[in-house]
Amino acid sequence: MKSHVWRPFLVVLIIIAAFLILRAFLVPKDFGIHLQGTQYGNYTTGYYRKGDEDYWKAIKVKHRTRDYCKDCHPEEFENIMKSKHAKVQCENCHGPATDHPEKPEKLSIDRTRELCLRCHASLPYRPSVYAQLPGAPITLKMQDPVKHNPGIECVMCHSPHEAALKKEMLKKETRR
Amino acid sequence: MNNSRREFLKDTVKAILLAGLPLSAFEVFKPEVFAATILKGNKGKQWAFVVDITKCVGCGMCVKACKLENEVPYDTTVSRTWIERYVVLKDGKVLTDSPMAGRDGYLKDDPQGQKIPKEDIARGFFVPKLCNLCRKSTCVQVCPVGASHYTPEGIVLVDREWCIGCGYCIMACPYGTRFFHPVYKTAEKCNICYHRITKGMNPACVDACTFGVRKHGDINDPNSEVRKIVLTERVSVLKDEYGTMPTTFYIGLDHTVR
Repeated sequence: MKSHVWRPFLVVLIIIAAFLILRAFLVPKDFGIHLQGTQYGNYTTGYYRKGDEDYWKAIKVKHRTRDYCKDCHPEEFENIMKSKHAKVQCENCHGPATDHPEKPEKLSIDRTRELCLRCHASLPYRPSVYAQLPGAPITLKMQDPVKHNPGIECVMCHSPHEAALKKEMLKKETRR
Repeated sequence: MNNSRREFLKDTVKAILLAGLPLSAFEVFKPEVFAATILKGNKGKQWAFVVDITKCVGCGMCVKACKLENEVPYDTTVSRTWIERYVVLKDGKVLTDSPMAGRDGYLKDDPQGQKIPKEDIARGFFVPKLCNLCRKSTCVQVCPVGASHYTPEGIVLVDREWCIGCGYCIMACPYGTRFFHPVYKTAEKCNICYHRITKGMNPACVDACTFGVRKHGDINDPNSEVRKIVLTERVSVLKDEYGTMPTTFYIGLDHTVR
Protein backbone atom coordinates (compact mmCIF):
# COMPACT_ATOMS: atom_id res chain seq x y z
CA MET A 1 0.00 0.00 0.00
CA LYS A 2 1.07 3.51 -0.57
CA SER A 3 1.82 6.09 2.11
CA HIS A 4 -1.42 8.04 1.57
CA VAL A 5 -3.27 5.15 3.18
CA TRP A 6 -0.78 4.54 5.97
CA ARG A 7 -0.73 8.11 7.18
CA PRO A 8 -4.42 8.41 8.08
CA PHE A 9 -4.26 4.93 9.60
CA LEU A 10 -1.45 6.12 11.81
CA VAL A 11 -3.53 9.11 12.91
CA VAL A 12 -6.40 6.78 13.84
CA LEU A 13 -4.04 4.56 15.82
CA ILE A 14 -2.70 7.59 17.67
CA ILE A 15 -6.27 8.65 18.52
CA ILE A 16 -7.03 5.20 19.92
CA ALA A 17 -3.77 5.08 21.85
CA ALA A 18 -4.36 8.57 23.27
CA PHE A 19 -7.83 7.53 24.39
CA LEU A 20 -6.52 4.40 26.11
CA ILE A 21 -3.68 6.27 27.83
CA LEU A 22 -6.01 9.03 29.01
CA ARG A 23 -8.47 6.43 30.26
CA ALA A 24 -5.77 4.62 32.20
CA PHE A 25 -4.90 7.89 33.97
CA LEU A 26 -8.46 9.04 34.63
CA VAL A 27 -10.00 5.79 35.86
CA PRO A 28 -8.82 5.02 39.41
CA LYS A 29 -7.06 1.71 39.96
CA ASP A 30 -9.72 0.45 42.35
CA PHE A 31 -12.63 1.22 40.05
CA GLY A 32 -14.02 -1.92 38.57
CA ILE A 33 -16.21 -4.85 39.33
CA HIS A 34 -16.31 -5.92 42.97
CA LEU A 35 -18.01 -9.12 43.93
CA GLN A 36 -19.11 -7.63 47.23
CA GLY A 37 -21.38 -5.22 45.44
CA THR A 38 -23.39 -7.88 43.69
CA GLN A 39 -25.18 -9.67 46.53
CA TYR A 40 -28.59 -8.78 45.31
CA GLY A 41 -28.22 -7.06 41.99
CA ASN A 42 -26.68 -8.40 38.81
CA TYR A 43 -23.03 -7.87 37.92
CA THR A 44 -23.62 -4.26 36.84
CA THR A 45 -24.24 -3.18 40.44
CA GLY A 46 -20.72 -4.33 41.28
CA TYR A 47 -19.05 -1.45 39.43
CA TYR A 48 -17.70 1.11 41.85
CA ARG A 49 -14.61 2.65 43.36
CA LYS A 50 -13.52 0.47 46.26
CA GLY A 51 -11.69 3.33 47.96
CA ASP A 52 -14.99 5.07 48.61
CA GLU A 53 -15.65 2.72 51.52
CA ASP A 54 -12.55 4.10 53.26
CA TYR A 55 -13.73 7.65 52.63
CA TRP A 56 -16.95 6.99 54.52
CA LYS A 57 -15.21 5.02 57.27
CA ALA A 58 -12.94 8.00 57.89
CA ILE A 59 -15.79 10.40 58.72
CA LYS A 60 -15.29 11.77 62.22
CA VAL A 61 -17.41 10.33 65.02
CA LYS A 62 -18.99 13.29 66.82
CA HIS A 63 -21.50 11.73 69.17
CA ARG A 64 -19.38 9.72 71.60
CA THR A 65 -22.27 8.48 73.81
CA ARG A 66 -22.42 8.55 77.63
CA ASP A 67 -19.56 6.08 77.98
CA TYR A 68 -17.24 8.86 76.86
CA CYS A 69 -18.63 11.28 79.50
CA LYS A 70 -18.79 9.09 82.58
CA ASP A 71 -15.09 9.02 83.54
CA CYS A 72 -14.65 12.78 83.84
CA HIS A 73 -18.18 13.60 85.03
CA PRO A 74 -18.94 10.68 87.38
CA GLU A 75 -21.29 12.67 89.64
CA GLU A 76 -23.55 13.83 86.85
CA PHE A 77 -23.40 10.42 85.25
CA GLU A 78 -24.46 8.60 88.42
CA ASN A 79 -27.18 11.12 89.11
CA ILE A 80 -28.79 10.73 85.73
CA MET A 81 -28.42 6.96 85.71
CA LYS A 82 -30.43 6.80 88.95
CA SER A 83 -33.14 9.05 87.57
CA LYS A 84 -35.98 8.48 85.16
CA HIS A 85 -33.87 10.24 82.54
CA ALA A 86 -31.38 7.36 82.52
CA LYS A 87 -32.01 6.62 78.88
CA VAL A 88 -31.46 10.18 77.74
CA GLN A 89 -28.01 10.56 76.24
CA CYS A 90 -25.82 13.35 77.61
CA GLU A 91 -25.23 14.61 74.09
CA ASN A 92 -28.94 15.09 73.44
CA CYS A 93 -28.89 18.24 75.58
CA HIS A 94 -25.18 19.10 75.65
CA GLY A 95 -24.44 18.65 71.97
CA PRO A 96 -21.93 16.33 70.33
CA ALA A 97 -18.72 15.91 72.33
CA THR A 98 -16.41 15.37 69.33
CA ASP A 99 -12.96 15.82 70.98
CA HIS A 100 -14.45 17.61 73.96
CA PRO A 101 -11.73 18.44 76.46
CA GLU A 102 -9.61 19.79 73.60
CA LYS A 103 -12.03 20.76 70.88
CA PRO A 104 -14.53 22.13 71.79
CA GLU A 105 -13.18 23.14 75.20
CA LYS A 106 -16.65 23.78 76.57
CA LEU A 107 -19.89 22.19 75.52
CA SER A 108 -23.01 24.26 75.27
CA ILE A 109 -26.06 23.39 77.33
CA ASP A 110 -29.45 23.68 75.73
CA ARG A 111 -31.60 25.10 78.54
CA THR A 112 -34.52 26.17 76.37
CA ARG A 113 -38.12 25.24 77.05
CA GLU A 114 -38.28 23.87 73.54
CA LEU A 115 -35.80 21.14 74.35
CA CYS A 116 -37.88 19.74 77.23
CA LEU A 117 -41.11 20.15 75.30
CA ARG A 118 -39.85 17.84 72.56
CA CYS A 119 -40.95 14.98 74.82
CA HIS A 120 -43.03 16.65 77.52
CA ALA A 121 -45.47 18.76 75.49
CA SER A 122 -48.86 17.09 75.67
CA LEU A 123 -50.31 16.19 72.29
CA PRO A 124 -53.52 14.20 71.86
CA TYR A 125 -51.62 11.56 69.88
CA ARG A 126 -48.41 11.43 71.90
CA PRO A 127 -48.12 8.14 73.79
CA SER A 128 -47.93 8.89 77.51
CA VAL A 129 -47.16 5.52 79.05
CA TYR A 130 -43.84 3.81 78.46
CA ALA A 131 -42.86 0.23 78.89
CA GLN A 132 -39.31 0.97 77.71
CA LEU A 133 -38.06 3.31 80.42
CA PRO A 134 -36.46 2.11 83.68
CA GLY A 135 -39.09 1.45 86.31
CA ALA A 136 -41.63 0.66 83.62
CA PRO A 137 -44.47 1.04 83.03
CA ILE A 138 -44.34 4.72 83.86
CA THR A 139 -46.28 7.68 82.64
CA LEU A 140 -44.40 10.45 80.91
CA LYS A 141 -44.96 13.80 82.62
CA MET A 142 -46.99 15.70 80.05
CA GLN A 143 -47.48 19.44 80.24
CA ASP A 144 -49.45 21.91 78.21
CA PRO A 145 -46.77 24.50 77.38
CA VAL A 146 -49.36 27.27 77.16
CA LYS A 147 -50.74 26.69 80.67
CA HIS A 148 -47.68 25.45 82.59
CA ASN A 149 -45.60 28.50 83.59
CA PRO A 150 -45.15 29.94 80.09
CA GLY A 151 -42.05 32.03 79.47
CA ILE A 152 -39.95 30.45 82.23
CA GLU A 153 -37.17 27.99 81.52
CA CYS A 154 -38.01 24.52 82.81
CA VAL A 155 -34.62 24.24 84.51
CA MET A 156 -35.57 27.09 86.86
CA CYS A 157 -37.55 24.59 88.93
CA HIS A 158 -36.71 21.17 87.51
CA SER A 159 -33.43 19.34 87.52
CA PRO A 160 -32.98 17.39 84.30
CA HIS A 161 -30.26 15.19 85.82
CA GLU A 162 -32.64 14.02 88.54
CA ALA A 163 -35.78 14.19 86.42
CA ALA A 164 -37.50 15.86 89.36
CA LEU A 165 -38.04 19.22 91.01
CA LYS A 166 -34.84 20.83 92.23
CA LYS A 167 -33.98 20.19 95.88
CA GLU A 168 -34.37 23.84 96.87
CA MET A 169 -37.79 23.87 95.23
CA LEU A 170 -38.82 20.79 97.19
CA LYS A 171 -37.73 22.49 100.45
CA LYS A 172 -39.84 25.51 99.62
CA GLU A 173 -42.81 23.29 99.01
CA THR A 174 -42.53 21.45 102.31
CA ARG A 175 -42.12 24.73 104.21
CA ARG A 176 -45.39 26.01 102.80
CA MET B 1 -15.57 7.25 -5.56
CA ASN B 2 -14.93 10.72 -4.32
CA ASN B 3 -13.43 10.41 -0.90
CA SER B 4 -11.17 12.96 0.69
CA ARG B 5 -8.60 12.06 3.28
CA ARG B 6 -10.50 14.06 5.89
CA GLU B 7 -13.69 12.14 5.28
CA PHE B 8 -11.87 8.86 5.37
CA LEU B 9 -10.47 9.77 8.79
CA LYS B 10 -13.89 10.78 10.08
CA ASP B 11 -15.48 7.59 8.83
CA THR B 12 -12.76 5.46 10.40
CA VAL B 13 -13.25 7.03 13.80
CA LYS B 14 -17.00 6.49 13.51
CA ALA B 15 -16.52 2.89 12.45
CA ILE B 16 -14.22 2.18 15.39
CA LEU B 17 -16.67 3.72 17.85
CA LEU B 18 -19.58 1.77 16.37
CA ALA B 19 -17.58 -1.45 16.34
CA GLY B 20 -16.75 -0.85 19.98
CA LEU B 21 -20.42 -0.78 20.99
CA PRO B 22 -21.30 -4.43 20.35
CA LEU B 23 -17.88 -5.36 21.73
CA SER B 24 -19.09 -4.28 25.16
CA ALA B 25 -21.53 -7.18 25.03
CA PHE B 26 -18.54 -9.49 25.24
CA GLU B 27 -17.51 -7.91 28.50
CA VAL B 28 -19.19 -10.78 30.29
CA PHE B 29 -16.23 -12.92 29.26
CA LYS B 30 -13.85 -10.88 31.39
CA PRO B 31 -12.91 -13.22 34.24
CA GLU B 32 -14.04 -10.89 37.04
CA VAL B 33 -17.32 -10.05 35.33
CA PHE B 34 -17.98 -13.68 34.53
CA ALA B 35 -17.34 -14.55 38.15
CA ALA B 36 -19.76 -11.85 39.25
CA THR B 37 -22.53 -13.25 37.07
CA ILE B 38 -22.38 -16.72 38.61
CA LEU B 39 -21.07 -16.12 42.11
CA LYS B 40 -23.13 -13.62 44.04
CA GLY B 41 -21.13 -11.60 46.56
CA ASN B 42 -20.63 -12.83 50.10
CA LYS B 43 -23.77 -13.18 52.12
CA GLY B 44 -22.12 -12.69 55.48
CA LYS B 45 -23.26 -9.58 57.23
CA GLN B 46 -26.44 -7.77 56.25
CA TRP B 47 -27.29 -4.68 58.25
CA ALA B 48 -30.96 -4.27 58.98
CA PHE B 49 -33.00 -1.71 60.83
CA VAL B 50 -36.14 -1.95 62.95
CA VAL B 51 -38.32 1.07 63.67
CA ASP B 52 -41.01 0.67 66.32
CA ILE B 53 -43.58 3.35 65.53
CA THR B 54 -45.67 2.56 68.59
CA LYS B 55 -42.90 3.96 70.81
CA CYS B 56 -42.06 7.13 68.90
CA VAL B 57 -43.04 10.42 70.57
CA GLY B 58 -41.70 12.63 67.80
CA CYS B 59 -39.02 14.38 69.86
CA GLY B 60 -36.77 14.75 66.83
CA MET B 61 -33.55 14.00 68.73
CA CYS B 62 -32.60 11.45 66.09
CA VAL B 63 -32.86 14.04 63.32
CA LYS B 64 -30.80 16.54 65.32
CA ALA B 65 -28.11 13.95 66.06
CA CYS B 66 -28.06 12.74 62.44
CA LYS B 67 -27.63 16.21 61.01
CA LEU B 68 -24.79 17.08 63.39
CA GLU B 69 -23.09 13.71 63.02
CA ASN B 70 -23.20 13.57 59.26
CA GLU B 71 -22.52 17.24 58.56
CA VAL B 72 -25.77 17.92 56.77
CA PRO B 73 -26.25 21.73 57.03
CA TYR B 74 -28.42 22.21 60.12
CA ASP B 75 -30.72 24.97 58.92
CA THR B 76 -31.87 23.31 55.73
CA THR B 77 -34.98 21.21 55.19
CA VAL B 78 -33.00 18.26 53.82
CA SER B 79 -32.00 15.46 56.16
CA ARG B 80 -30.84 11.87 55.95
CA THR B 81 -33.50 10.83 58.44
CA TRP B 82 -36.71 12.61 59.27
CA ILE B 83 -39.89 12.23 61.29
CA GLU B 84 -43.32 12.48 59.77
CA ARG B 85 -46.42 13.27 61.78
CA TYR B 86 -49.65 11.60 60.71
CA VAL B 87 -52.93 12.84 62.13
CA VAL B 88 -56.00 10.92 61.00
CA LEU B 89 -59.29 12.75 61.51
CA LYS B 90 -62.60 11.12 62.23
CA ASP B 91 -63.88 12.03 58.76
CA GLY B 92 -61.03 10.00 57.24
CA LYS B 93 -58.86 12.95 56.28
CA VAL B 94 -55.13 12.42 56.84
CA LEU B 95 -52.90 15.34 57.73
CA THR B 96 -49.18 14.74 57.25
CA ASP B 97 -46.32 17.07 57.92
CA SER B 98 -42.62 17.13 58.71
CA PRO B 99 -41.50 20.72 59.32
CA MET B 100 -37.68 21.02 59.03
CA ALA B 101 -37.60 17.20 58.82
CA GLY B 102 -38.91 17.10 62.40
CA ARG B 103 -35.58 18.43 63.62
CA ASP B 104 -37.09 20.49 66.47
CA GLY B 105 -39.67 17.92 67.46
CA TYR B 106 -43.39 18.48 67.58
CA LEU B 107 -44.29 20.91 70.35
CA LYS B 108 -47.69 22.08 69.17
CA ASP B 109 -50.80 20.32 67.99
CA ASP B 110 -50.85 22.00 64.58
CA PRO B 111 -50.65 19.39 61.80
CA GLN B 112 -50.05 21.20 58.50
CA GLY B 113 -50.46 24.46 60.40
CA GLN B 114 -54.12 23.77 61.13
CA LYS B 115 -55.83 23.95 64.48
CA ILE B 116 -57.77 20.73 64.85
CA PRO B 117 -60.23 20.30 67.75
CA LYS B 118 -59.22 17.39 69.96
CA GLU B 119 -62.53 15.58 69.46
CA ASP B 120 -62.07 15.47 65.67
CA ILE B 121 -58.81 13.50 65.89
CA ALA B 122 -59.21 9.76 65.48
CA ARG B 123 -55.57 8.85 65.90
CA GLY B 124 -52.11 10.20 65.33
CA PHE B 125 -48.58 8.91 65.32
CA PHE B 126 -45.02 9.70 64.31
CA VAL B 127 -43.11 7.79 61.67
CA PRO B 128 -39.32 8.04 61.56
CA LYS B 129 -37.99 7.57 58.05
CA LEU B 130 -34.53 6.67 56.87
CA CYS B 131 -32.79 4.63 54.18
CA ASN B 132 -34.80 1.44 53.68
CA LEU B 133 -31.62 -0.60 53.10
CA CYS B 134 -33.06 -2.27 50.02
CA ARG B 135 -31.57 -5.52 48.86
CA LYS B 136 -32.68 -4.69 45.34
CA SER B 137 -32.21 -0.97 45.43
CA THR B 138 -33.42 1.19 42.59
CA CYS B 139 -30.84 3.85 43.35
CA VAL B 140 -27.83 1.64 42.63
CA GLN B 141 -29.39 0.25 39.47
CA VAL B 142 -29.99 3.64 37.87
CA CYS B 143 -26.65 5.26 38.67
CA PRO B 144 -25.00 5.79 35.27
CA VAL B 145 -21.46 6.22 36.61
CA GLY B 146 -21.16 3.67 39.42
CA ALA B 147 -21.16 6.28 42.18
CA SER B 148 -23.94 4.58 44.14
CA HIS B 149 -22.77 1.19 45.25
CA TYR B 150 -23.25 -1.56 47.81
CA THR B 151 -20.75 -2.26 50.52
CA PRO B 152 -20.10 -5.89 51.50
CA GLU B 153 -22.62 -5.46 54.36
CA GLY B 154 -25.39 -4.37 52.03
CA ILE B 155 -25.30 -0.64 52.68
CA VAL B 156 -25.54 1.76 49.76
CA LEU B 157 -22.93 4.51 49.71
CA VAL B 158 -22.57 7.46 47.37
CA ASP B 159 -19.09 8.18 46.05
CA ARG B 160 -18.74 11.94 46.35
CA GLU B 161 -15.80 12.02 43.94
CA TRP B 162 -17.57 9.92 41.35
CA CYS B 163 -21.12 11.35 41.53
CA ILE B 164 -21.91 13.65 38.61
CA GLY B 165 -25.01 15.06 40.27
CA CYS B 166 -27.48 13.91 37.61
CA GLY B 167 -30.17 13.31 40.23
CA TYR B 168 -31.35 10.08 38.66
CA CYS B 169 -31.13 8.19 41.97
CA ILE B 170 -33.06 10.92 43.77
CA MET B 171 -35.90 10.35 41.31
CA ALA B 172 -35.59 6.57 41.52
CA CYS B 173 -35.75 6.10 45.29
CA PRO B 174 -39.39 5.30 46.06
CA TYR B 175 -38.88 6.34 49.69
CA GLY B 176 -37.56 9.81 48.95
CA THR B 177 -34.53 9.30 51.16
CA ARG B 178 -32.08 10.89 48.74
CA PHE B 179 -31.34 14.56 48.23
CA PHE B 180 -28.60 16.85 46.99
CA HIS B 181 -26.03 17.78 49.59
CA PRO B 182 -26.05 21.58 49.70
CA VAL B 183 -22.27 21.77 50.16
CA TYR B 184 -20.87 18.89 48.11
CA LYS B 185 -23.54 19.16 45.37
CA THR B 186 -23.70 15.40 45.11
CA ALA B 187 -26.41 12.90 45.94
CA GLU B 188 -26.62 12.28 49.67
CA LYS B 189 -28.34 9.53 51.60
CA CYS B 190 -28.55 7.80 54.95
CA ASN B 191 -25.88 5.09 55.27
CA ILE B 192 -26.85 4.25 58.87
CA CYS B 193 -23.64 6.03 59.95
CA TYR B 194 -21.19 3.82 58.10
CA HIS B 195 -18.29 5.41 60.02
CA ARG B 196 -19.89 4.39 63.33
CA ILE B 197 -21.19 0.90 62.58
CA THR B 198 -17.86 -0.14 61.09
CA LYS B 199 -16.29 0.81 64.46
CA GLY B 200 -18.84 -1.27 66.35
CA MET B 201 -20.89 1.73 67.47
CA ASN B 202 -24.59 2.39 66.95
CA PRO B 203 -25.79 4.84 64.35
CA ALA B 204 -26.16 8.34 65.83
CA CYS B 205 -29.96 8.21 65.64
CA VAL B 206 -30.11 4.89 67.51
CA ASP B 207 -28.00 6.33 70.33
CA ALA B 208 -29.98 9.56 70.46
CA CYS B 209 -33.34 7.79 70.73
CA THR B 210 -34.45 7.69 74.36
CA PHE B 211 -37.42 5.44 73.75
CA GLY B 212 -35.81 2.55 71.94
CA VAL B 213 -37.69 3.19 68.72
CA ARG B 214 -34.74 2.48 66.48
CA LYS B 215 -32.68 -0.67 66.45
CA HIS B 216 -30.06 -1.87 64.04
CA GLY B 217 -28.17 -5.11 63.68
CA ASP B 218 -26.99 -7.92 61.47
CA ILE B 219 -30.00 -9.81 60.20
CA ASN B 220 -27.87 -12.83 59.30
CA ASP B 221 -26.57 -13.16 62.87
CA PRO B 222 -28.83 -15.66 64.71
CA ASN B 223 -28.24 -13.87 68.03
CA SER B 224 -28.94 -10.32 66.95
CA GLU B 225 -31.92 -8.51 68.43
CA VAL B 226 -33.03 -7.29 65.03
CA ARG B 227 -33.19 -10.81 63.65
CA LYS B 228 -35.24 -11.95 66.62
CA ILE B 229 -37.69 -9.10 66.18
CA VAL B 230 -38.06 -9.69 62.45
CA LEU B 231 -38.60 -13.43 63.00
CA THR B 232 -40.98 -13.30 65.94
CA GLU B 233 -42.89 -10.03 65.68
CA ARG B 234 -45.34 -8.70 63.12
CA VAL B 235 -43.19 -6.39 61.08
CA SER B 236 -43.88 -4.74 57.76
CA VAL B 237 -41.96 -2.77 55.20
CA LEU B 238 -42.76 0.38 53.28
CA LYS B 239 -43.90 0.11 49.65
CA ASP B 240 -43.50 -3.64 49.35
CA GLU B 241 -45.08 -3.45 45.89
CA TYR B 242 -41.95 -1.84 44.46
CA GLY B 243 -40.04 -5.08 44.91
CA THR B 244 -37.02 -3.35 46.40
CA MET B 245 -36.82 -5.86 49.28
CA PRO B 246 -36.16 -3.35 52.07
CA THR B 247 -34.45 -4.45 55.27
CA THR B 248 -35.76 -1.52 57.28
CA PHE B 249 -38.69 -3.06 59.10
CA TYR B 250 -41.49 -1.22 60.85
CA ILE B 251 -43.55 -2.30 63.83
CA GLY B 252 -47.03 -0.82 64.05
CA LEU B 253 -47.21 0.60 60.55
CA ASP B 254 -50.54 2.17 59.56
CA HIS B 255 -52.10 1.89 56.11
CA THR B 256 -52.07 5.67 55.80
CA VAL B 257 -48.26 5.76 55.89
CA ARG B 258 -46.69 6.29 52.50
